[in-house]
Amino acid sequence: MGHQEIKFYQTGTFTVGNRLLPPEQRSVQSDIERTNSLNSGHRACQGCGEALGARYAIDAAMRATNNQLVAVNATGCLEVFSTPYPETSWQIPWIHSLFGNAAAVATGVAAANKVKALKAGKALPETRVIAQGGDGGTTDIGFGCLSGMFERNDDVLYICYDNQAYMNTGVQRSSATPPAARTATTMPVGEHPGNEWGQGKNVPLIAMAHGIPYVATASVSDLRDLEYKVKKAMSMRGARYIHIFVPCPLGWGSASHDTIKLARLAKETGLFPVFEAEYGEVTNVSKIRQKQPVEEYLRLQRRFAHLFGKKPRLDEIERFQHMADQNIRKFGLLGDDKATVGYYGAEHE
Amino acid sequence: MNKPFAITLNVGSSLANKTGTWRTFRPVYVKRLSPCNNACPAGEDTQGWLYHAESGDYETAWRHLTQDNPMPAVMGRVCYHPCEAACNRGKLDSAVGINSVERFLGDEAIQLGWKFDKPAQESGKRVLVVGAGPSGLSAAYQLRRMGHQVVIFEAGPLAGGMMRFGIPKYRLPREVLDAEIQRILDMGVELRLNTKVDDILVTMKEEKFDAAFLAVGAHLAKRTAIPAAESAKILDAVSVLRSMEGEDKPMLGRRVVVYGGGNTAIDVARTAKRLGAEEAIIVYRRTREKMPAHDFEVEEALQEGVLMRWLSTIKQVGDGGAIQVEKMELDENGKPVPTGEFDTLEADSVILALGQDVDLGLLNGVPDLTFEDGVVKVDEHMMTGYAGIFAGGDMVPSDRTVTVGVGHGKHAARHIDAWLRGTTYEVEPKAELANYEKLNPWYYTDADKTVRPMLDIIRRQSTFDEVQGGLDEGNALFEARRCLSCGNCFECDNCYGVCPDNAVIKLGPGKKFEFNYEYCKGCGVCVEECPCGAIKMEPEST
Repeated sequence: MGHQEIKFYQTGTFTVGNRLLPPEQRSVQSDIERTNSLNSGHRACQGCGEALGARYAIDAAMRATNNQLVAVNATGCLEVFSTPYPETSWQIPWIHSLFGNAAAVATGVAAANKVKALKAGKALPETRVIAQGGDGGTTDIGFGCLSGMFERNDDVLYICYDNQAYMNTGVQRSSATPPAARTATTMPVGEHPGNEWGQGKNVPLIAMAHGIPYVATASVSDLRDLEYKVKKAMSMRGARYIHIFVPCPLGWGSASHDTIKLARLAKETGLFPVFEAEYGEVTNVSKIRQKQPVEEYLRLQRRFAHLFGKKPRLDEIERFQHMADQNIRKFGLLGDDKATVGYYGAEHE
Repeated sequence: MNKPFAITLNVGSSLANKTGTWRTFRPVYVKRLSPCNNACPAGEDTQGWLYHAESGDYETAWRHLTQDNPMPAVMGRVCYHPCEAACNRGKLDSAVGINSVERFLGDEAIQLGWKFDKPAQESGKRVLVVGAGPSGLSAAYQLRRMGHQVVIFEAGPLAGGMMRFGIPKYRLPREVLDAEIQRILDMGVELRLNTKVDDILVTMKEEKFDAAFLAVGAHLAKRTAIPAAESAKILDAVSVLRSMEGEDKPMLGRRVVVYGGGNTAIDVARTAKRLGAEEAIIVYRRTREKMPAHDFEVEEALQEGVLMRWLSTIKQVGDGGAIQVEKMELDENGKPVPTGEFDTLEADSVILALGQDVDLGLLNGVPDLTFEDGVVKVDEHMMTGYAGIFAGGDMVPSDRTVTVGVGHGKHAARHIDAWLRGTTYEVEPKAELANYEKLNPWYYTDADKTVRPMLDIIRRQSTFDEVQGGLDEGNALFEARRCLSCGNCFECDNCYGVCPDNAVIKLGPGKKFEFNYEYCKGCGVCVEECPCGAIKMEPEST
């Protein structure tokens, strides 16, 4: 575990707050004075994981930077539901340009901040920059700009809220969509219904391959870990990347109240490994606490409904299980196992 | 306002967009009944007092606890803790050691000298309590808290009833009992020892009592017709245990046979062992599974070397203590039937532990009473057929345990109070039960139960030192913090954190939370992620 886990206090650090802990050990989200960077009245669907993940992350970044923060947003759900003209839900300086250029715009903001700092006679700018977008704006459309920002090591934290498809435009497949999932463009027909197996990309691993100072994955189901990672990222300079798993009730066909449960199951099955890496090397993984079979996760989502029903596709479910088991091995998600993945890691030796 | 090029509207906040209108279901904070509270015969708010103990505020915890039960140090030793059997944590790892925390609080109170508050106001009414056992003391305490003048008439030489004359010292040290009784008397309760009530109506009239609560207990040992030689030494368990409190300890001999299968049989066999008997044998007509005694007590007795003869009845006691025992077997209905096979046991004394009856003499001449199986019937207000006379404890139909007695005393006190005011006490309907399915156990840290230390076996066989030890501050706190707070908010901030719409308002420490229905979209994440099941979804009415 990355963050300091506190035990034997009834709920320890599993819950958002804990009245038995001293205030300095409590989460940002438990604070009555939290920023609420993404305010009420936004138009995200009921139970939106992305709205939750964005508030978790940006509130933590605001705390870490003493409220000296600018956010650059890619096009996508997060941008559309938070800023229908002329209203905004953002309680921080926020800018939106295009779908694919968030990383590049953030680079520009960082450069401007740097010039302002130099003119004021300071070595480093106090105002920090975050770029954020969904998986479409990050792993597909904005990928060129993102990779450029990484290789130049620009002083930007890029946060990707991964809900595994283009939800805003009507649930089309992205390169982060899992195999077999039904989307508007990958219908459950044919021998391998839903999204193709063997396609897509793992952007956290690609980010690591750039050798940047910090890469992490996080989940809305583990707030303390997420806040720890954002805080740590904001304590560093240079290009940083956090990939946050955010379930989408609309696109996944899940119950709105199951958003956090699904995120928890994604981690506990091993389908979404939660880890952090510095300069291309895995430094920490969040261990699985109560291992679950993949069915528990898949069954709650209508985008996988064609795998169940009268003629269940046990072969496809088995492939998911294999995927989860592979992650567990690669990242060392169980017990005292060590990760074997990484740019300089054992995978290449 | 001078607007920039192409801008026609002022920038506004999304707060103008009241997303609460999307809602078809709304979350509502509820207080559900925790299984421990539900199971407690004394009606303790277990979850409620554990909440204070969790933060180390033991005095507040103790004050909360003693609203329902004035004797936590006694309870923490003698209660059979049905709360722990019901505890939801039992489904997760093992039940919270509620009983050990209760004992810790009780001992802490004795050590630090915490006192009960005197009533704020005197009612001017006089209530007679007959019997200073658990039920009578509990009623006296509650009535005194309500401002009534209370006098307890106790036939025996000391207060405590079966807690003193039935439960052996090794389970309940007398200084603990004395301290908790004294604390009740210190509130201004008058206790008259060696005062037997022969006619309740006369006593009430003579001393102008406005109401009476009878809790005389069940002290008459049941007998059974066993043919016995004149030289045979046959005793009853009640007298043996009672004489343990006097100067002259009973002479039981080297070989003791106890006849019966209840807790009293176990207590007396363990006592015999401690008095120096080489052999203490319990003879019981059914099997261990069918024994009314609690299994942990049977287990402790076996550890101490008490022997058991299951499926056996005593047919006769002959000269020199030769006991003829007939073997039994269970028929298809589980009833023991004789087999005709006989066996002989040698014993210096035979102790009968076959249950107890109530001495109902004081009720002679009271009209309109109903009796059933040797006990008095009471209505749902704990009142007998005679207006103003209430009864509880072992003398009314119920389980005969200390905790049940305390519960009776509390309930009777409430009804007596209402009766004295000319009203009736309405029992609040029970809240919905917070069963395990209502919890989200993911959020609780893994923590196994702390086991209380047990006295070593040698000292358990030869002394009357207390068998089970207590917890110290450190592990009592740990144990309290294992509580899941079933059905009742413990301010973990989960709802406040997990709402995607910031529609939960945190009101500050101790004040809990409120929903902001202007923005709550009714997604239900807060309900799903509430660890303790203190939120539920309700359909919108419009």
